[in-house]
Amino acid sequence: MALLDIRNLSVSFATRSGAFRAVDSVDVVVDSNEVLGIVGESGSGKSVAMLAVMGLLPWTATVTADAMTFDGRDLRTLGTRERRRIIGRDIAMIFQEPMSSLNPCFTVGFQIGETLKTHLHMDKPARRARTLELLEQVGITDPERRLSAFPHQLSGGMSQRIMIAMAIACRPKLLIADEPSTALDVTIQAQILDLLVALRRDTGMALVLITHDMGVIAETAEQVVVQYAGRQVEQSPTRELFRDPHHPYTFGLLAALPERATGRRLPAIAGVVPGQFDKLPGCTFAPRCPHASDLCHSQVPPRAPARLGKALCWTPLVNGVPQHSAVAS
Amino acid sequence: MVLYFLKRAALTIPTFFALMFLTFAAIRLVPGDPVEVRVGERGISPERLAQFRHELGLDQPVWKQFFDYVWALLHGDFGTSVVTNEKVLTEFFTLFPATVELSLSAILFAVMIGVPAGAIAAVKRGSWYDQTLMSISVVGFSMPIFWWGLLLIMLVAERLHLTPVSGRIDLIKFYFEPVTGFMLIDSVLSGQKGALLDALHHLVLPVIVLGTVPLATIARMTRSSMLEVLGEDYVRTARAKGLSPFRVIGLHALRNALIPVVTVIGLSVGSSMAGAVLTETIFSWPGVGKWLIEAIGRRDYPALQGGVMLISAIVISVNLLVDVIYGVINPRIRHGR
Repeated sequence: MALLDIRNLSVSFATRSGAFRAVDSVDVVVDSNEVLGIVGESGSGKSVAMLAVMGLLPWTATVTADAMTFDGRDLRTLGTRERRRIIGRDIAMIFQEPMSSLNPCFTVGFQIGETLKTHLHMDKPARRARTLELLEQVGITDPERRLSAFPHQLSGGMSQRIMIAMAIACRPKLLIADEPSTALDVTIQAQILDLLVALRRDTGMALVLITHDMGVIAETAEQVVVQYAGRQVEQSPTRELFRDPHHPYTFGLLAALPERATGRRLPAIAGVVPGQFDKLPGCTFAPRCPHASDLCHSQVPPRAPARLGKALCWTPLVNGVPQHSAVAS
Repeated sequence: MVLYFLKRAALTIPTFFALMFLTFAAIRLVPGDPVEVRVGERGISPERLAQFRHELGLDQPVWKQFFDYVWALLHGDFGTSVVTNEKVLTEFFTLFPATVELSLSAILFAVMIGVPAGAIAAVKRGSWYDQTLMSISVVGFSMPIFWWGLLLIMLVAERLHLTPVSGRIDLIKFYFEPVTGFMLIDSVLSGQKGALLDALHHLVLPVIVLGTVPLATIARMTRSSMLEVLGEDYVRTARAKGLSPFRVIGLHALRNALIPVVTVIGLSVGSSMAGAVLTETIFSWPGVGKWLIEAIGRRDYPALQGGVMLISAIVISVNLLVDVIYGVINPRIRHGR
C-alpha cells in the first residue's frame, strides 16, 4: 500500500469575490522511499495540495478528497489533536524561505529540541545529544557552537540545513520539501538537494519535492507530477516524462529549457496563466495550447491512460504529435 | 552590550540640560513668585518684601539665578522648598514610593489584561470579540482621566460602596510608621490583620483610572503586532512541527509580537509616573504628583524645579532600562552591536 494516497483532492478558498479553487481534482500517490517531484509554476497549487496534507491551510480553505490516507490512516477523519501527533513526526515539511522559517527569538538548539520534546518526550541531555547528531548529519560544521546560535547569525544555506535537521529529527516516513532550494544561491542549491537525496537514501524516508525547476526534477525525482492552474496535467516516471512528454504544457516547458533549444530564439509558451477568476469551461491550458480545438475550449478533457502519462488532454502528444484517437482507446 | 549601554546613557546628558532650562524658564513665565503668594492680599511693607526676595535670591538677575541653580544641581543640590524649608530631595523621596506603588500597579494591571486581550483579539480577528474589544479600547484611549476618575468614584465608591473614595489605607483602623514608604509592603510589615487587604482595596480605583490609557494602548499594540507575526513563516514552521495551538501562539508568536509592545510598556511606566499627577489629585493619593500640583500653586520654585528634574531623571532611566530589556528579549539587537 502506498505511504501517502490522495485521490481527487480539491482545495478552494473563500474570498470576498466568491470561492477560488486553488487545487482541482489532484491525485498524489507516494510509496515508501520514493522521490516524487511536483512541478508547476507559481500559483499552480503545488504547495497548497501539500499544505492540505499537513493541515496547515488557513480556515478560509475548504478541502475535499475521495481519499486522503497516510500510512493507512485516514487524514480526513483524524481530529486535530491526532493529526498534530503525526505532523512533525511522521510527516515533516520544509519551506522555501529558510531565513524566515526559523523563529528569530529562539536558538537553533531550542528549536530542534522542541520537536524532540514534543513528539519523543526526550529529556534534556538526550535532546542535546540527538540535536548534535542531527546537526552533524545535515553537514553543519562545529555543531556544539551552533546549538546556541540564533537564526540571524546563520546564512541561508545553513538555515535550510537547520530546517532539514528539525524536519528529520523524529525520523519521518515522509518529508515534503516545498521549493527547498529556490531562495538559495546556485551552488548552495545543489548542496541542499544532494543532502536531501542522501538523507532519503540513508533513512529510507519518502520525499515529495515541490519545485518549478525542471532541472531539479531531472536530477532527483523518480516520479513527476506536472500541475497547471490547479490541475494535474501529467504524471509519469521522470525518465518517461523527459523522453516523451504527453501533455502540450509539459512539452512546452521542456522545449523551453535552454539545453534543449535548437533555434537562435528560446521557444516560449505563448500567453499567460489564467487568472484567479477566469472561468474556463474547458481545458485550462487551451488558450495557450498550439493544438487546441473547439472541443478543448468547451469541455474539460478526460484523463489519458498511464502509458500516455495520464495526461489531462483531448489529444495527448506522442513524440510531439497530437493523437486524436488516443482518448477513445 | 556594556558599551551600547554607556552610549545610550551618554546621549541623555543633553536632555538633562534642556530640561534644566525648560523647568527653570517655564515656572518663571507664570505670573507671581513665592513671596507674593505667601504674602497674599494682606499687603506688606516694601522693605520686608525686598528682604524676602533677597533671602530667596529673587532680586538677582534671571541669568544669574539660572547659573546658581545649574551650579547647585551639578553639585547634587536640589535646593530647599520655599514653603516647608525641607530639602527637596528628602521631600521627593518621602512621597515617591506612593507614586511608584500606584503607577507600577497600574502598569501591571494594564499588561496583565492588555497583552492577553490583544493577543486573543488578533487570533480571533474580525470576530465580535475583536470588534468589541477594539471599540472599547478606542473609548479607553481617549478617556479624560479626570472625568473618568470622578465617574468611577461616584458610581463604584459612592453609589455601590464597593471601594473607598480616597487615600491609601483606612487611617482610623490602621496606623503604623512607614518603613519603606510602599503601603503594600508596610502593611505586611506592620503585622496588623487586614491591613494589606485594606491597602489593596484602596488601590483598586486609582489603578483602574491610571491604567486605562496604557491598557488600551497595550491591547491595541499587542493585537496589531500579533496580527503581523501570525502571518510569518516561522509560525507556520511551529505549526508544522505539530505543536499545540497554545504553544504556537503563546510562545512562538507572542514572544516575537511582544518586542514592540515592551517599548510601549516601558514608555507607559514613565508616562504613568508623570501622569499620576491627575490621578493622585482625584484620589488624594499622597504622591509626588499631588505634591507638584501644590508646588505650582505656591510658586515653590525649588520644589518644582527639583521635582520635575527628578521625575524626568527617573523616566529617562526607565527608558534606558527598557532598551536593555529590549536587547534581552530580542537577540537580534543583543548581538548586533
